[in-house]
Amino acid sequence: MTTSIATKEELKARIEAGIPGASAEVHGDDGHHFEAVVVSPAFAGLSRIAQHRLVYDVFDGELGGRIHALALQTKAE
Amino acid sequence: MSDETQNPLRDAIEDAIRTNPVILFMKGTPEQPMCGFSARTAGALQALEAPFAAVDVLPDPRIRQELSALSNWPTIPQLFVNGELVGGCDIVTEMYESGELAQLLGVEQPDEAPQPAGAEAQAAPLSIENRLG
Repeated sequence: MTTSIATKEELKARIEAGIPGASAEVHGDDGHHFEAVVVSPAFAGLSRIAQHRLVYDVFDGELGGRIHALALQTKAE
Repeated sequence: MSDETQNPLRDAIEDAIRTNPVILFMKGTPEQPMCGFSARTAGALQALEAPFAAVDVLPDPRIRQELSALSNWPTIPQLFVNGELVGGCDIVTEMYESGELAQLLGVEQPDEAPQPAGAEAQAAPLSIENRLG
């Protein structure tokens, strides 16, 4: 998408676009380390692993690279 | 499942996950973690006094590559219990605090406030007795 520094606004927009019904609260201002709380009905009935994978999938290949770290908390509602 | 079958490193990783009931892939070692997330995850296991195997992924970048390909999980650390991926730092920390991790590992949750690292500091016994006369 872009090779520029990541922003919390970008992460929020991409999570909310990528996961049905999701609302995300993203913190982090250094361009590399972020924290996100993501709430989506799509998480209902999924294990934590599966919930986090849905979010990781939004950033396919960028985690650990352009986005160094994304601390996650996911909730179904 | 194409030409990946001839992959000794992946086989070794799979074997380690299969043969160790609790295994943590991390950056550095539990004694000397090289990343805060790995430190916190190892710290949760140590706080529960749960025996676990630890693999340092730093010496060879291919370990991390193969592990992530195998587990479909992008980041390190990764904790496996009974052959299944439990999660990374966020999930393990959340499960530690809720007591689910102790339950999963079949150990007792410590009575102290759940603080994986540094909570012992104030528990040092007072060695000075109060002698008023």
